[in-house]
Amino acid sequence: MRHGKLAHAPSPMALRRYGFILSFLAAPLVLYAVFVVGPYIQAFQIALTNWKGISPNFDYIGFENFTKLFDDGAFWPAVRHHGLLLLVMPLATIAIALFFSFLLNVGGGQRNGRRTGVPGAAFYKIVFFFPQVLAVAIVGVLFQAILSPDKSGVLNSALGAVGIDPVGWLINPDLALWTIIGVMVWQAVGFYVVLFSAGMSSIPQDVFEAAALDGAGRFTLFFKITLPLLWDTLQVGWVYLGIAAFDGFALVQVLSVDRGGPDNATTVLPLEIWRQAFTFSKYGYASAMGVALFFLTLTFAALTLRVTRRERIEF
Amino acid sequence: MARPPQRRGGQVGVFGALSHLALAVWAILVIYPIVWTFLGSFKTNTEIFGDHPLGLPANFHWDAWGRAWAKAHIGQYMINTILVVAVATFFTMLLSSMAAYVLARYRFFGSKVIYLLFVSGLSFPVFLALVPLFLTVKNLGLLGTHTGVIIVYVAYSLPFSVFFLTAFFKTLPTSVAEAAMMDGASHTRTFFQVMMPMAKPGLISITIFNVLGQWNQYLLPIVLLPGDAQDKWLITQGVANISTNAGYEADWAGLFAALSMAIIPMLIVYIVFQRQIQSGLTAGALK
Repeated sequence: MRHGKLAHAPSPMALRRYGFILSFLAAPLVLYAVFVVGPYIQAFQIALTNWKGISPNFDYIGFENFTKLFDDGAFWPAVRHHGLLLLVMPLATIAIALFFSFLLNVGGGQRNGRRTGVPGAAFYKIVFFFPQVLAVAIVGVLFQAILSPDKSGVLNSALGAVGIDPVGWLINPDLALWTIIGVMVWQAVGFYVVLFSAGMSSIPQDVFEAAALDGAGRFTLFFKITLPLLWDTLQVGWVYLGIAAFDGFALVQVLSVDRGGPDNATTVLPLEIWRQAFTFSKYGYASAMGVALFFLTLTFAALTLRVTRRERIEF
Repeated sequence: MARPPQRRGGQVGVFGALSHLALAVWAILVIYPIVWTFLGSFKTNTEIFGDHPLGLPANFHWDAWGRAWAKAHIGQYMINTILVVAVATFFTMLLSSMAAYVLARYRFFGSKVIYLLFVSGLSFPVFLALVPLFLTVKNLGLLGTHTGVIIVYVAYSLPFSVFFLTAFFKTLPTSVAEAAMMDGASHTRTFFQVMMPMAKPGLISITIFNVLGQWNQYLLPIVLLPGDAQDKWLITQGVANISTNAGYEADWAGLFAALSMAIIPMLIVYIVFQRQIQSGLTAGALK
């Protein structure tokens, strides 16, 4: 019908309609094309050049940037760090958040036949979520003070009070990345508590009642009822955290010693991209790293969707 | 109902106590660092590095706050950030709701492709675009300007906002808009006077999402507002910069005051709007 209309002389009404559509889409589309789509496409092109910021000239060098990348002393550590982040950070965050949201929503026992959260659940939810509204960069500065290696750091002076020597949270290369993962988990847990709580509150009460009638304890309720019915929300959480595991830029840049140190012990790909581009002006090489990061993220997303695919439980 | 918890009373008691302990420990882990920072802003360096770094300050000196506000320019950065985020969020909302409305309610040649183009922006890491984005902004003469940052914020906020609002506009009933059109209202007027008010809940969620996201942005400011445009800096890069320099000047109280200034407004906004903020930020995940 639409095409039929177009074939004949368009009516004034149809013209007005197209004029309206065009006027509403033009500005967002132009902005999006110039500042988002354009740069993404150019990145693939620049990745094949030897462009170094200062000179306007560059040559196409094929995949040389990528072969150089595989010999780069910072590239493989960065990829390994993403692997560790990907393994530890989502697992720790989801486990802690699941535990808390179960306590806050279901763990309080029964009252008038309804399962409720522990007393004070609303307060805990408000407190836990707060770090989420802080900028990652601000959290980085905050933890720099908290984790400082001498006794001025809160954590070390608290440990000192119970007789433990100061720990070099960020200066010990074996510990630094774990410390950063800990800070990420600190900030993320509240968000997932709220997310999983929303998921849990949409599970019908009678499911819990029926299970309780059959004598199910808290562990059964958690593993046999809550977890399977929350699967979709968990999957979303996993994807979000996985994407976050490929970032980490702001936290590592602000919090770590020497931006990614000590001795590349905490570096991540986004940090290397930023450094190559804006410290060394190696535009071609930085873009090649960007392409590598893109394919890593894409692989993760595809794998996650495949592995976690599962029968959806209707309720 | 049939099995009251008393049957396993002891077990519930232990479980309840342990779960309360776990919750309380996490609450302290969240609250304590922030309180400690706030108190630190009143301390002298000797108090911070002395024998009782966990204690209260002897006197509440406000001079560190003055130093952070004026000497470290946190006041200036705060005003810059308010300006940039206000303008950028306004245009993000205007442009994304216009695009989303047209994509949700009108079927025309290419509408699916345009929608997919916007949504595909969600799956690309911004670091991939970093170099060409920097060059585009530089070539347009917008490097080191708030205009440049605002435009880039709007452009990069579009994918999620358009994605969310398109879904939202699709859930609204069509009858009201049709009645308005029958009464002779133009497409544009129907949008601004009928659809926008109806979409208020969705618009509020996405506004909150964008305000927080843009306020907390760190990567784009440090790339688009380099060192020679220091009077244009935004709050996150300003605070991060004091922290880098704190080692040399050793003004820890000043750093804590700057941190408090960055944290307290967020805390107040969060306490006032916590319900909307929680639903706004989790909106994307729950669709």
